[in-house]
Amino acid sequence: MQDFGTGPGPQHTEERPAALTPADAADAARLVSFGLQPKLPPARDADYADLLRRYRDQPPFARLADAVATGLGLVVLEVSTRAGMALTAAEDSVFAVRMGDYARRTATDATDRFLHGLAHLAVAALAFPRPEDLADDGYIGRLSVNGVDAFVRQACRRLEERAAERGENTDPASDTPGLEAAWRVYARRSATGATKDARRLAGSTTGIVAKAVAFLVDSGFLQRTGDEAGGTFRTTARYQLQVRDMAGSAALAELLELGIVPVSDGSATLLPAPDDAEAELVEGAGLPFHT
Amino acid sequence: MSVPAPNLSVVSSAVPAPRPAPARPAPGPAADEGLARRLRALACTAPLHDLDARKANLSGEYGIYAMAEIALAAIDAVTLQMDFDTGADHEDVVARLLPRVAAQAPRREAAEHERVARWVLENLVNVGSVDRGFRAVYGTFAPDGSYVRRDYDFKLLEEVPGPGGRIYLRTTDEAVNVLVGALDTDVTSAQIAAEVKLEVLVSRGRLADAQLAAEQARYRTVQYAETLRRTLEATRRDVRAVDWLHTVPDLIAEALDHVADRYRHENAILTNIRRARDETAEDRHPDHKLRAAELVDIVKDCIRRHTQLQSRLLEAGPLFRAEQDRQAFAPPAARAGLDLYGQLLAPLLGEPVERATRVTDAFFADGAGLRTPPAVRLGDLTELLLTPPAPREHLGAELPEPDLVATPDDSRFSEEQFAAATELLTLPPDAPRRLSGLLAQARARDRELPYLVALLAVHAASPPVGTAYRQGERQLLFAVDDGTELQDPEFGGADLVVGTAELDAAAMAAARSEAG
Repeated sequence: MQDFGTGPGPQHTEERPAALTPADAADAARLVSFGLQPKLPPARDADYADLLRRYRDQPPFARLADAVATGLGLVVLEVSTRAGMALTAAEDSVFAVRMGDYARRTATDATDRFLHGLAHLAVAALAFPRPEDLADDGYIGRLSVNGVDAFVRQACRRLEERAAERGENTDPASDTPGLEAAWRVYARRSATGATKDARRLAGSTTGIVAKAVAFLVDSGFLQRTGDEAGGTFRTTARYQLQVRDMAGSAALAELLELGIVPVSDGSATLLPAPDDAEAELVEGAGLPFHT
Repeated sequence: MSVPAPNLSVVSSAVPAPRPAPARPAPGPAADEGLARRLRALACTAPLHDLDARKANLSGEYGIYAMAEIALAAIDAVTLQMDFDTGADHEDVVARLLPRVAAQAPRREAAEHERVARWVLENLVNVGSVDRGFRAVYGTFAPDGSYVRRDYDFKLLEEVPGPGGRIYLRTTDEAVNVLVGALDTDVTSAQIAAEVKLEVLVSRGRLADAQLAAEQARYRTVQYAETLRRTLEATRRDVRAVDWLHTVPDLIAEALDHVADRYRHENAILTNIRRARDETAEDRHPDHKLRAAELVDIVKDCIRRHTQLQSRLLEAGPLFRAEQDRQAFAPPAARAGLDLYGQLLAPLLGEPVERATRVTDAFFADGAGLRTPPAVRLGDLTELLLTPPAPREHLGAELPEPDLVATPDDSRFSEEQFAAATELLTLPPDAPRRLSGLLAQARARDRELPYLVALLAVHAASPPVGTAYRQGERQLLFAVDDGTELQDPEFGGADLVVGTAELDAAAMAAARSEAG
C-alpha cells in the first residue's frame, strides 16, 4: 500500500475528535455505495480516492463506514487504494447471490448444481495455483476458459487412473446417482458442443466455466484480456480477497465437517501443507527443486 | 470374496455356510471383473447397431443405407484427422462420408446423402443427451454377494474446443478400441506386432492383409501420440502435476526411442513396398499394384506422424524449464495461504457428488460476491416489455460499398496481339523455327507484333520447367541459341531456334505423387 504523506486528515481528527455530523454519515454511505460498484477502480474516481483516504486517516469515519456497511448486510473485506472498498454480502443479505438465481437449472438438477459450484472453485484454483499466490497481495492470476476445463479434466483423469490401478469399478449403481464420484460427473459431461447458432453450448463444461467467468467479470473479480482459448482473464485484488478471506475458508470448513481433511491442530487450516499437497498430486510427483 | 467353502472345518469363514452356497454364474467382483470389462466393450458397439435399428424410424425410406458402416467410416475419418492440436472438423467429416453414402444409394439425391451423413455423425456424438454421450447398464456382484446394477457412461466422438473458438471432433479411446477391435492391449507392443505382421505379409506378397495391418498400425500411432499430447498439456498448466523427476523423462526417452525405431522400421517397409509396387507385374495382379501404392501412402503418413511426435518431444524440455522458472523461482511470499487445488479441489473430486456439492455450495455462497438487487419501476417494466426485441446480428456489421476507380488500361499489347503471337508461336513439336522467320511473319501482320514475339521468344530461352512440371502441362515453348546471329532491321542478338517440347504428363504425375 502507498503512503500518502501527511494529508489534512490526522490534524482534522486531532482538532475535532469524534464529532461526526450527518454530512459525515452521508460520506460514509457514499463510500459504501462506491464499494457496491465492484467494477469501478478507485483510481478512476477522485471522490472515491478521497473517501478511501479519509477512511484510512480518520478512525471515527472508518468506524462509521463500517457500521453503514454492516447495517446493510455487507462484510468489509479490505479498504485500500488497491482494492477500493472491498465488500461482500453477508449471509441472508439482500445482496447475496443464490445458486438458483445464478443458474436456473441448478434448482432441479443436482448434477448441474455441483458443476456450476465446481466451476467457481476451479476458476479460483487455476487463478491462484499455489498457496503463495493466494497469500501474495501483488499476485495477478491469469486463466482461460479452456484452461480451467482442461485442468479439471486432468485432475479427473488422474483419479480415474488411480481408481483403475486399484482395480475399482467406479461405475455407480443405477438407482443411487448421488453416490457417483464427483470426478465422474465432470468427466462425463462433454467439454463443448456444436449448436445451431454458433453459441457456446450452455450445458457443456466450457459453457459452465464461461458462465462462471462472465459472472466473475460482472462482479469485478476478473478482467477480460483476450479471446483466445475460450477467453482469457486476469484476476483483480478483490477476487484474491474474496477467495482468500471468504470462499476458501468457508469451503474448507465444510470439507472438514465432512471429515475429509484430517485436522492436525485447530489453527493451521489456512497454512500450506506441502507434504499433504504433494500427496494430493500424482503418486511420487517429486520435483527436482522440491527435494 | 469367494464362494463360502462347504468345508465346515474352516473356522474363520466370513459367512457361516451351513449348507452349500447356491451356484452363481460369477462369484465375487474379482471373477466378475473380466465379465464387466467385456460387457463395457460390448456396450461400445451398441450405438452402431442402434443406428441400423433406428433408421426405420426416420421419416423417409432409409433402409437402403448401411448406417453402422457409415458410422465406422466416420470414426475412421475422425481418428485419422486427429493431430496434436485439433481434431476433425464437422464439415470435413461429412464431406469424407459423402462418397460412401452416395455409393450405397447412387440414385438418391445428394441432399439426402448429406442428411444421412449428418444424422450418423450427430448420433455418434449423441447430440440429444445433455452429456452428449451414451450410457449402458450392466450388473455385477458386489463383495457381499449382492447383485448391483451399474451405469457405464461412454462417448464415441467427443467435441473439443479448438483454436479460434471452433469445435472439433475427436474419437475417444473407447471408439478407437471398438474400431481397432483390440481391447485392453498395450499400445507399444500392439504396434510392434502389427508391424512385424506387415513385414511378413509383404514378403509373402499378401498385400490385402498388409494394408489392413498398416492401417491398424496407424491407429495405434495416433493413440500413442494422443497420450503424449495429454502429458505435455498437463505440464504446461502445472509443473507440479506431472512427475518430471522420473515419469516424464522416462516417457520422453521411451517415446524418442520409439520414434527412432519406428522411423527406421517404416522406412524399411516403405522401401520394400515400393519395390513390391514397382515389381508387381501389371497384367497379373493389377489390384496388387494399386494396393501397394495405397500402402505406400499409409506408411508415409505414419512417418509423418512420427516426425510430428518427435518435434513435440524435443519441445518438452525447454517448455518444462520455462514453466519451472515461471512457477517455482518467484520470490516466496511472506504469508502462507490456502492451497486451493491440493486442499480443496483434489480431495473434493474423489468424493460422492452428494457430499462434494455441499463444499461447492459453500464456496459459491461465499465466493460469488454481491449483486445489487434490481429495483424495478412499473413504468420501466412496461416500456421494457413493449420494446420489440432487437434483431440478432447473424451476419455481422454491414460492409461499406467499396468505392471503385476504373484503372486505365496501360498494357503495351492488346488482347488481339497476344492471340496473334500465341498463334504464331504454336509450333508443331517436330518443326522448330528460327526467330528471324517468326519476326518477319509477325511484321507482316502488325507493326507492334514483332516486339511481343521477340519478348516471348527471349522468355522461352529460360522455359518455366518447374511450373510446367507442377501443373502437369503437356507442352512447353523453348528457345535455344545455336550461335547464329539475328539479321533483323529492329532487333539484334542471337537468332534463336524456337520450338515446342512435349512433356510426359503421366510420368510426371507418378513422380509427383512419389515425391509428395
